[in-house]
Amino acid sequence: MSNPARQLAQQQSDSSTMTSAKIVVAGGFGAGKTTFVGSVSEIVPLTTEAMMTDASTGIDDLAATPDKQATTVAMDFGRVSLDEDLILYLFGTPGQQRFWFMWDDLVRGAIGAVVLADTRRLADSFAPVDFFEDRGLPYVVGLNAFDGVLRHEVDDVREALSVEPSVPIIRCDARDRESTKQSLITLVEYAMKQWVAMNESGHR
Amino acid sequence: MSAQSLSQRMPTQVIPALPERDSASADDAAMVRPYMLTGGRTRAKYPLELETMVSVKEGVPFDGTCDRIEHRAIVEACPAPRSVAEIAVKLGMPLGVARVLVSDAADAGHVTVHRTMSGTDGAEAHLLLMERVLSGLRRL
Ligand SMILES: Nc1nc2c(ncn2[C@@H]2O[C@H](COP(=O)(O)OP(=O)(O)O)[C@@H](O)[C@H]2O)c(=O)[nH]1
Ligand SMILES: [Mg+2]
Repeated sequence: MSNPARQLAQQQSDSSTMTSAKIVVAGGFGAGKTTFVGSVSEIVPLTTEAMMTDASTGIDDLAATPDKQATTVAMDFGRVSLDEDLILYLFGTPGQQRFWFMWDDLVRGAIGAVVLADTRRLADSFAPVDFFEDRGLPYVVGLNAFDGVLRHEVDDVREALSVEPSVPIIRCDARDRESTKQSLITLVEYAMKQWVAMNESGHR
Repeated sequence: MSAQSLSQRMPTQVIPALPERDSASADDAAMVRPYMLTGGRTRAKYPLELETMVSVKEGVPFDGTCDRIEHRAIVEACPAPRSVAEIAVKLGMPLGVARVLVSDAADAGHVTVHRTMSGTDGAEAHLLLMERVLSGLRRL
């Protein structure tokens, strides 16, 4: 093709090695996941339908019985370019237990997760917390103070969620870019600390 | 159910040969049912995570010459390096299907699948990645 702009874009697209990283944003319906992702993303959060994964017989079943509807779940994600060759993807996903089949895909290789908790509906955070605990994925809890008021003190939340003292629980406002940025920084710092602790104890 | 038993019941190549066209849109691809596009294949060869980056290989034109419309659709979805998740959205396809198509396009030599550091490398690489992400976030 003779279009110079396209050719340039094309050269750029393959001239260097790209690296990507992933952070999961979990929480109940209306907890602020899409808002959180959107506040730092350079693209409007995209929604994709994640189908049951190959491993859980999704495509096989679909191919065998084409009329059968695959179980899908909407998942938002956003992109943050951190360097010329480094892109961070944020994946927001509903935390219901019945969607756990697709969570393995989400957490594989992830740096960690932010569990957004609406202090009015703390129970919505139980499933994601359980899941990340089970998989050993570092996570922090972000308390989204909706009307500016925290209905529970951080300590009460920690107790309600039975979250260990080492797990950071932070206040956040998903609408605010700086707040979101700070939550992500807290998570990555915590994940690195966890990594070091695990490696020193000879776990990996 | 194994891929083996599946392929016994399904022809391996379901897609009819299509006439050459100057450009193919994602709509073309979307018209064909996803399970047909994958030709009954169920597993991607490359480790394709949601965040795995894909870019068009140097010298592959953005439109025209890929002979399979689903390869063209993949190429057109990547004007710059894109993640598998973004490609799935662009194509309007479920992730599992997008994975197989990306894998096929890579086999055909149209696209490069970048290594996903977080998924395929060891712990050291993961720490290095976290360090880079952290300083990147601080610079934001
Ligand atoms: N006051 C306040 N409202 C928020 C906050 N985060 C999200 N919202 C609002 O809550 C609603 C649900 O947020 P959304 O991001 O769609 O939640 P999701 O279902 O978890 O994706 C939207 O109307 C947001 O504008 C927050 O931190 N503070
Ligand atoms: Mg949402």
